[in-house]
Amino acid sequence: MANDQALRETAAPPRLSVYNIEKSFPGVNALTGVSFNVAKGEVHALLGENGAGKSTLIKIVSGVFPPDRGEVIVDGKPVNLARPDDARRAGIATIYQELLLFPELTVAENVFMGHAPRAGLGRLDWRAMREKTRHLLAALEIHDLHADRVVGSLSVGNRQRVEILRALSQDARILIMDEPTAALTEYDVTRLFDIVRKLKARGVAVIYISHRLDEIFAIADRVTVLRDGAHIATKRVADTAAAELVQLMVGRKIESLFPKITLPIGGPVLEVKDLERRPLTKRISLTVRAGEIVGLAGLVGSGRSELAQTIFGVTPAEGGEIKIRGQAVYIRSPAQARTLGIAYVPEDRGTQGLVRPMTVRENFSLAALGKVAFGGFIDRAAERKLASDGVKCFAVKTSSLEQIAGKLSGGNQQKIVLGKWLANKPKLLILDEPTRGIDVGAKAEIHRLMGELAAQGLAILMISSELPEVLGMSDRVLVMREGRIVAEFLREDATQETVGAAMMGSHESAEKVA
Amino acid sequence: MTATTLIHAEASPRRLLKALASQEALLAIAVIGLAIIVGLYNPRFLAMRNLSDVLLGNAYIAVAAVGMSMVIISGNIDISVGSLIGVLATVSGTLAVEGAPIIVTWLAPLVVGILVMAFQGAIIAYLRIPAIVVTLGMLSILKGGLIGVTGGKWITDLPDSFHLANIELFDAVPMPVFLMIVATIFAAWWMRYSAPGRTIYAVGGNAEAARLCGISPPRATVMVFALHGFFAGVAALLYATQLRVIQSTVPPNLELTIITASVVGGVSILGGVGTVIGSTLAAILIAEIASALVFTDVSPYWIRAVQGVLILITVIADILRRRRMARA
Repeated sequence: MANDQALRETAAPPRLSVYNIEKSFPGVNALTGVSFNVAKGEVHALLGENGAGKSTLIKIVSGVFPPDRGEVIVDGKPVNLARPDDARRAGIATIYQELLLFPELTVAENVFMGHAPRAGLGRLDWRAMREKTRHLLAALEIHDLHADRVVGSLSVGNRQRVEILRALSQDARILIMDEPTAALTEYDVTRLFDIVRKLKARGVAVIYISHRLDEIFAIADRVTVLRDGAHIATKRVADTAAAELVQLMVGRKIESLFPKITLPIGGPVLEVKDLERRPLTKRISLTVRAGEIVGLAGLVGSGRSELAQTIFGVTPAEGGEIKIRGQAVYIRSPAQARTLGIAYVPEDRGTQGLVRPMTVRENFSLAALGKVAFGGFIDRAAERKLASDGVKCFAVKTSSLEQIAGKLSGGNQQKIVLGKWLANKPKLLILDEPTRGIDVGAKAEIHRLMGELAAQGLAILMISSELPEVLGMSDRVLVMREGRIVAEFLREDATQETVGAAMMGSHESAEKVA
Repeated sequence: MTATTLIHAEASPRRLLKALASQEALLAIAVIGLAIIVGLYNPRFLAMRNLSDVLLGNAYIAVAAVGMSMVIISGNIDISVGSLIGVLATVSGTLAVEGAPIIVTWLAPLVVGILVMAFQGAIIAYLRIPAIVVTLGMLSILKGGLIGVTGGKWITDLPDSFHLANIELFDAVPMPVFLMIVATIFAAWWMRYSAPGRTIYAVGGNAEAARLCGISPPRATVMVFALHGFFAGVAALLYATQLRVIQSTVPPNLELTIITASVVGGVSILGGVGTVIGSTLAAILIAEIASALVFTDVSPYWIRAVQGVLILITVIADILRRRRMARA
């Protein structure tokens, strides 16, 4: 590629290159000869479905485990990355999706954990630590974060900034960010991008992993696509388009990411009036009808999940009214919600959805034990039938029904979490971030299923932080902000701009410093 | 999509290997293997009398371990069970000496056991206090209360009819061994095939996910403790009736021996995984090792150390298995 050639010839070698990295685990070739490089001041995106080998590659570059074959070269010199500490010394810092911070300690202590400045007799030099932290904050123009704040009290966005500061405090020249925006609000994403641009200006090479194509186009210079452990292509972002990247990633053409079928809409299934549950559910009124998909947009923390949990009886309402198919009900527990025909697929499948040590069969039947148990005992044949129907209907890739669910890929786990509810034949399905963190193929699959379920007359309330998903899937879009529904759009009126503006409100306020 | 993505079950030889590699199979092999090896060294070890003594003397530990396994699978722990067995044995023995009908003396420990454990379960579940703290408190209360009330006196002059061990089924199987087998099989079957049994695994594996499926984790916790109390009652009955006297103290660290049986039996201390068959086999193995030490002229004091090694081996094996799973 011309650009690479130019980079190589202009004296300076790339900040980081990896050559022909191979890695296999028992039974799996995780990486088969992957090469790519990142120049000084470049943001290089890594793209691929779950299981494409991104994580393995990142772990090799971070020194979590060594490659079977191949080389990692930093500033022209081969480095041996046997341990994370070797990577740190080579100037490589990694910010993982689940931030690794000490919640009880202050920002300054977290930033300098492990390499704190010392005064005489090995004492910690607190003054220097705060001073240096303030300098780093100033350098990145972060003004709403104090060096003495306890990290546990910070928002996710600010915690991530602490991680970035930590990397900078160690003079990291290569920064790896694994899905940094997965849990961020749009506002925090904007701020993250500002910081990334400042890092670029300082000559830091950034490896950026994300499932969100729009982000890659917003921030990256080049993008490398991996599929099934192999290097598929490296493209300049300016020379490619979303459709091309998706096609490279899945190896097949996807006509539309969100195939939307317009359906006749029936009578109201869920009617909520003036629902109250402080602090995040304030006088909420909404209606979801049979065959309708209602998208619930809003920033993280706007009260969407809280509303879902109140409807589902996890945190019962303190006031207001819920009607299910015209019947006024008071929902006190998830068990009662289930009996009323409500299904809730929670946001975090790892902690709220899947029982990891259980088998695929057991996970599928968990929400419908009443359907397969007679006189308190489980009918194995009925249970197997239920589970194998689920596996077929949701195209779950598993070696058998007796597979331990925790061993499956994220997308397949999500299909189980979604699928287990349908055995109950619910009338109302509440989906909280149904496709977060899963690969494009599984995502399209779940969208297709949502369409089919709506066609069967199910009412669907979908919470999503991805605007394209909300816009693509919904018949109607509701927008929440600070615990209230602030806007409602019909499908044809909902655009990135209108919905986005409603989400942000008129004043974009920074995190309120408590 | 109509295409089946279910790839078909593995070939049977691999399945057989997998079954043999299970904790239960390994323990069964260990129980038999150890008997053969020690028997070659000292044939008296294999005498019917010794084997039956080993089982008779330890059946109560296996029965208590059945309940303990359920508690650990549900994501809890109980360290009060040793003291509770002492209290229940004393309750039963006192009733017997006072001339209560035999059936009352046998049922009393079951009822009291269920009540005490359900009470602890309720505190753990509804006040959300960690099980280890609640049961640590109960351990002290029961142990101290027992000594206080009995003054440390032993109960003697127990009526003959009180002794379960004297009853033999089909003139071959002593009652305690029979109860141990029945308790294990019943519990194993219940855990595997009943809906409440399944909820215990679900709550131990991921309480939050279970809750969102409409299962009530607190209710499951109270239920599992009540069951544990029932098995503790049976264990106390076996313990009370095995000798002519009932001491007001139980063997030191009895609760730890019981937890050891569960853990060595393959119950994951992290909850959600394990079977009661494994814990019964482990209880037998531990008892067998203690006896084997005597027959091979090794000081029986080593039994604690051997238990420790067994725990570490099992836990390390469990963790390695989990790591492999996590990487796959």
